[in-house]
Amino acid sequence: MGLNTSSNLIQVSRSHDKDGDLGLTLTTIEKAVNWARKGSLWPMTFGLACCAIEMIAAVSARYDIDRYGAGVFRASPRQSDLMIVAGTVCVRMAPVIRKIYDQMPEPRYVIAMGSCATSGNIYDSYSVVQGVDRFVPVDMYVPGCPPTPEALFDGILKLQDEIMQRRVFYKKPPEQVEG
Amino acid sequence: MHPVAENIQQVFPEAFQRAVEWRGDLTIHVQREHLHAVCRYLHDNSDMDYDYIVHVSSVDWPDQPERFEVVYEVYSIRRRARIRVKARVPEDDCVVDSMTDIWKGADFMEREVYDMMGIRFRHHPNLVRILMPDDYPEGFPLRKDFPLRGKGWRDTFPFIGEKTT
Repeated sequence: MGLNTSSNLIQVSRSHDKDGDLGLTLTTIEKAVNWARKGSLWPMTFGLACCAIEMIAAVSARYDIDRYGAGVFRASPRQSDLMIVAGTVCVRMAPVIRKIYDQMPEPRYVIAMGSCATSGNIYDSYSVVQGVDRFVPVDMYVPGCPPTPEALFDGILKLQDEIMQRRVFYKKPPEQVEG
Repeated sequence: MHPVAENIQQVFPEAFQRAVEWRGDLTIHVQREHLHAVCRYLHDNSDMDYDYIVHVSSVDWPDQPERFEVVYEVYSIRRRARIRVKARVPEDDCVVDSMTDIWKGADFMEREVYDMMGIRFRHHPNLVRILMPDDYPEGFPLRKDFPLRGKGWRDTFPFIGEKTT
């Protein structure tokens, strides 16, 4: 009998279950690494517009993003794994986002939060980028204008499910061809 | 007519065009050659005392011979009175005198008018774009003949692939 985590991968034995249990944990390194990665997604604050307010609400006590291990918001890209692009992306902001994305250590993930970061929303104008995926690779799109904190959590949980399915060991780094 | 407009008309008979008063807001239209002198008078004269510049904006009238219109809104803190001064600018000579020597706060607002509408301000200390990048290639986005989606600039990302550390 073991303590099941959400994806039934790590079996933590309890020594009092039966005699002779050595307290072993059986899993693959890949699953263990992915489990560790998904459990401590440190996001970087990148609030650009009103979606940032919902992101702040998701962090605060009522919704508590920390339940999913994604509550340690960092102000520096070098300490963060996840960039939540929350809001309208103007063309002048695009090089800044790309530079900050490049400064994040791998593995790194991007959530495009809200319609503006996903597709530009109604701002079909000369100065608004029509989706942040035009210059950074996006792992998860969260629809809404703005998305509720629950919608952001759904995006984070789906991203965690996706992280669990990723390969960890490669002959070549997989993110060389981005952009 | 509003007493302030009457005063302007007496002092600047060659500059004054007309005055409009609508729901308590006073607007005077002046010749652009005399715009600076009128504003200097509005600021310096103790009966006027318009010491605070609220906003500088511009209007595009594409069907009219003098296409652009520069709008200065100024306010007198002591008198609690507002006035709006308008001057028309033709397209082939898009220049008016800068008001930065009268109201220092006109600096950024005139830069915004230049950035968005392409109206240049003579004697402005630093007339460069303020909202768009300095090398923005597509012209002046707030003009009526500018396409809403731009001319392709929003889809170019030359920074992709640059080495950043």
